[in-house]
Amino acid sequence: MSEAITSHIFNHLVELASLELSEEEAEYLRRELNGQMKAIRELEAIQIADDVPITSHGVTYTPEISAPLREDRSEPWPGADDILAGAPQVEGRYVVVPDIPHEDLS
Amino acid sequence: MSEALCDLPARELVRLLKAGQVSAVEVLESTLQRIEAVEGRAPSSAPYRQEPADLEKIHAYITLTRDRARAQAEAVDRALAAGEDPGPLAGVPLAVKDIFCVQGTPSTAGSRILENFIAPYTATPVERLEAAGAIVVGKVNLDEFTFGSSNESSAFLPPPGNPWDPRRVPGGSSGGSAAAVAAGEATLSLGTDTAGSIRQPAAFCGVVGLKPTYGRVSRYGLIAFASSLDCPGPIARDVEDAALMLQVVAGSDARDATAARVPVPDYLAALEKGVKGLRIGLSPDYFHLKYPDPESGELREQPINPEVEAAVRRAADLLADAGAEIVDDVPMPNTRYGIPVYFVISRVEAASNLHRYDGVKYGYRFDGPVQDLRDLYRKTRGRGFGLQPKLRILMGMYVSAEQYEKGYYERALRVRTLIRHDFERAFDRAGPYRLDCLLTATTPDTAFEIGAVYGDSVLMQYADLLTVPADHAGVPGLSIPAGLDSNGLPIGIQLLGPDFSEATLLRVGRAFERATEGEAWRQAKPKVLQGI
Repeated sequence: MSEAITSHIFNHLVELASLELSEEEAEYLRRELNGQMKAIRELEAIQIADDVPITSHGVTYTPEISAPLREDRSEPWPGADDILAGAPQVEGRYVVVPDIPHEDLS
Repeated sequence: MSEALCDLPARELVRLLKAGQVSAVEVLESTLQRIEAVEGRAPSSAPYRQEPADLEKIHAYITLTRDRARAQAEAVDRALAAGEDPGPLAGVPLAVKDIFCVQGTPSTAGSRILENFIAPYTATPVERLEAAGAIVVGKVNLDEFTFGSSNESSAFLPPPGNPWDPRRVPGGSSGGSAAAVAAGEATLSLGTDTAGSIRQPAAFCGVVGLKPTYGRVSRYGLIAFASSLDCPGPIARDVEDAALMLQVVAGSDARDATAARVPVPDYLAALEKGVKGLRIGLSPDYFHLKYPDPESGELREQPINPEVEAAVRRAADLLADAGAEIVDDVPMPNTRYGIPVYFVISRVEAASNLHRYDGVKYGYRFDGPVQDLRDLYRKTRGRGFGLQPKLRILMGMYVSAEQYEKGYYERALRVRTLIRHDFERAFDRAGPYRLDCLLTATTPDTAFEIGAVYGDSVLMQYADLLTVPADHAGVPGLSIPAGLDSNGLPIGIQLLGPDFSEATLLRVGRAFERATEGEAWRQAKPKVLQGI
């Protein structure tokens, strides 16, 4: 069976996933992905009647057991300083990031 | 070996405490002494080289919260002295899987990317346990972001050892939880189960693990892996302690829309009612199924380990003797698709959930030069994530990308429906089987050696073959110890029931405990406790 995930596809996935990988890692990951695809391909052989719906949670959420929607209003978080203390780089109460890639439209 | 306080059941500790015979501080000190005796060198994110001594110890805790625990224990003792009710779990030492946020503690998910993350809030189930008087001793190891079945993928090494043979894995992903409870390093642990991560390590370590119904326990404050599958639940040394813990954590939560508004029954009330009149099923599809050959790695039809199968069949006989009706040959034909379906659904959800780790808002950030923000993302995620998260993110990208996916994701969600239908048919009150629960093995085999499987992501995933169908279906599953194999390793059996039937599963589990309480294996102690 041919490889599902070629180097070309793999590199595209790595770009989508925002991951910088070593060559060794890339080789391992691509091999494992293709190994997993062999298992996943078992799904292709299953006969599924057209009327079988998808299941997004195992348990059926009826209105009776579902949590009611909350009122749409903001609530101040008491520990904002703790959250900011966890940010890798801040200036005052701003989180700092490097340049954001952009094009000048002028 | 005389029984130390840390070896007593939670309910017994609470009784002694309320009778004024011990203090919460004494219970905590006993637990800390046990940790000192069996833990070995602490897991760290430094480059790891295995040393022979590592294979003799447990290494369960990433973080010990001694000061916080002492303050909590003292508060329990003060409440008792003042004549107040300190709660149903007063003074009970608890290990929290390090996938839960606990305010003010490092909450790492076993990953470098969260190594320096101090949680600013506490997860609902932990909050409820603390309110009930439980003492958080620390945060225990796990597979990175819970991705694994052996605990070896953690960024914090040495990996935990199995107390019954520390050269072997404790299972995963809640490996630190199960190992800590089995070794007396905690009385209870809060774990999570996405494909079997509570039940499989419980089986490997000879303890009780309960995956509740999806939605029975709030996920608020649980660092997400696969949001449609993740379930927090108890790990304990016996069924009654698991029931006691579930009682505290179960119930709806305004902060989690999937925490179901279903009344929480009294799990202890029915515990001793026995199994007379209950219908318990056995399915050939849980004894013989397709999974990778341990030698060649090729997928093929094969039976589970004969010693494990014998333990299940013996349990059925004992439950029949106790009055249950055993129903043979219950078809569960879609069991074999549990892992392929899981390979798709869990990866798509993981890729989505792991996008948030970007080096900007919290956690690890690459501190070298970067060209721009996108480069920061790539370098941060490239260094912060281990191999298993990377593998899951990439697979999630692949099977959900429009140009590649060939309908895999939708197909997996529809096969998930077929898996659910298997359970619905088995439990249907008007159907041919009318089961109260299904009895199966928890795992196809007993604990494997450290390093024997890790790296082969397909073979590793199949360790969850018998547990993952319940996660897809959302139904509850209880793993209980059922004996030891010829190598002296624990064998776990599993009870699976309809939605919100935890009380029944616990009752059946308790009946099995009573039927086997005089047996020699119940007196056996894990290897790390011998000579203590």
